[in-house]
Amino acid sequence: MSRDVAILWLKPFIARPIALAGLCILLATVLAAVFAPWLSPFDPYAIDPVTRLTPPNTIHWFGTDQFGRDTLSRVIHSARMALLIGSGVVVFALATGVPVGVLSALFPRLGHVLMRMVDVLMAFPALLLALGLIVILGPSVANAILAIGVGYMTTTTRIVYGLTLRLRAETYVEASRSMGAGTIWLISKHILPNLVSPLLVQASFVFAFAQLGAASLDFLGLGAPPEIPSWGNMLAESRTFITRAPWLLFFPGMMIVATAFSLNLVGDALRDRLDPRFRQVFGEKG
Amino acid sequence: MSSDDILAVRDLKVSFTARRAGRKYRVQAVDGVSLSLAEGEVLGIVGESGCGKTTLGRAIVGLVQPDGGNIAFKDDDAIAAGGAALRAMRLNVRMVFQDPYASLNPRRTIGDSVAEAGDINGIFRDRTDRSAMIASTLTAVGLDPSFATRYPYELSGGQRQRAGIARAILPTPSVVVADEPVSALDVSVQAQVLNLMMDLREQLRLSMLFISHDLGVIGQISSRVAVMYMGRIVERGATRTVLDHPLHPYTRALIAAIPKPDPSKRILGAIEASEPPSLFKRPAGCAYAARCPLASDRCLVDIPQLRSAGADDRALACHNV
Repeated sequence: MSRDVAILWLKPFIARPIALAGLCILLATVLAAVFAPWLSPFDPYAIDPVTRLTPPNTIHWFGTDQFGRDTLSRVIHSARMALLIGSGVVVFALATGVPVGVLSALFPRLGHVLMRMVDVLMAFPALLLALGLIVILGPSVANAILAIGVGYMTTTTRIVYGLTLRLRAETYVEASRSMGAGTIWLISKHILPNLVSPLLVQASFVFAFAQLGAASLDFLGLGAPPEIPSWGNMLAESRTFITRAPWLLFFPGMMIVATAFSLNLVGDALRDRLDPRFRQVFGEKG
Repeated sequence: MSSDDILAVRDLKVSFTARRAGRKYRVQAVDGVSLSLAEGEVLGIVGESGCGKTTLGRAIVGLVQPDGGNIAFKDDDAIAAGGAALRAMRLNVRMVFQDPYASLNPRRTIGDSVAEAGDINGIFRDRTDRSAMIASTLTAVGLDPSFATRYPYELSGGQRQRAGIARAILPTPSVVVADEPVSALDVSVQAQVLNLMMDLREQLRLSMLFISHDLGVIGQISSRVAVMYMGRIVERGATRTVLDHPLHPYTRALIAAIPKPDPSKRILGAIEASEPPSLFKRPAGCAYAARCPLASDRCLVDIPQLRSAGADDRALACHNV
């Protein structure tokens, strides 16, 4: 049973090589983050003035920065910050968006109030909202997660709200109500289980956009402290050396693009897997 | 309410508020319906789309709030009483839904769906008791007990409707409200499901409110029939009498619309293509007057009330018959 399910979920990736590539990049990033101390050829903090700004060579594959730190080691260690911010934002967006969306849909009066507040938040561009919050809260990793999370909490709430409104009108929910089911029963047995799949897709997109948001905040010096390796910090530090040492921008920039892109590809594949129109193709009875 | 009635609905009114072009309209979906259901009886409710028959059924199982009249279950006005009486009624009056594809949660196993009323109301002693009850209920509706662990997408339409019926009879209720339970099924499966419902009615001594637009199906399953038109009962009586000798012009038109094997043997009656008047703009008099071949001036101003029209609870709401 569980093996069949695994195959079912892998099928859209196997059917589309580009989605499989996305999954591989994503897995590579996760592995890099987990095994960073063992994978890095050098200490990412070790300063070596003698080898500063060396172009990529056989010893320093991605070259070194203005302090002689190994770029490859810093790129690998940055994956940790990327995953931390990404998962933090996803957890925050789901933990706030799901309850607000579900309760708004089930209790229309409460929903009118809450959804208008969400509308107000949605009126701000996500990055502007994040910048504003950071200015108020002060720059730190936790605040970066919060600031970016608030922006994506709104879209998550909207999605959950819309889906719950639809689920609430389903015949099986009516059947349950006609047998005396209360709100907690309806949420736990009928609504949440049917939200899992669409939220999985939403989570992958939020994760991807959180990468871009975090990189932007880091670049502006409003995210992780500058000494901590992150792709955004690396871009910010090296931009003055753009003509002398372009590799310093190229490698972290590539990583931001690759992770965001791969997450979008994975999200697309998950969405296709969940779209009933594609199910027939992958051999599941509708 | 006579002593052998298990369910009595008196002067039930249900309305909805609809918005059209910025204006609010009140739609009277059920407009003063009274009916009673004797123990073990099958009462058919027939009428075209939008006549309020589904709303009537939904009000009886508590899915919509009536704004007038009362629903009494075994001598108690359960809705007014609330609390334990209402809870008892929820378990005793159950519904079978029209669309077997929409009425089962795709994420829950058939067993979980069938046991839902029991789980909500905490009637199972333990897990073995629960699985035993699921298995025996599935067997009763003609499904193998192994279906308990399957998901709805693995079942055919007929099997799903059997599961939907199983959900309505665990624990065994007194009354089943069946809202078009076979109209979404293939004709061959329709007969099987109808036979199953007849068998269950006998074995479990169920009373049934059988809602359908199909007089053929009603004729097979119900002993009495009530014909609804625009929220009101226009004719009522023993099924055979009503089908063989319809009195109300609307009933005649409905019967005339049943496809016959021999098209030359048609009952004379209004065969019409017209539609009922808009629910937003209810006519002042008889709602059927605009389509009725017998309509007189009185029909346009005076709503005909349901009056007795012969033996066996025969009743009719028409000025001109």
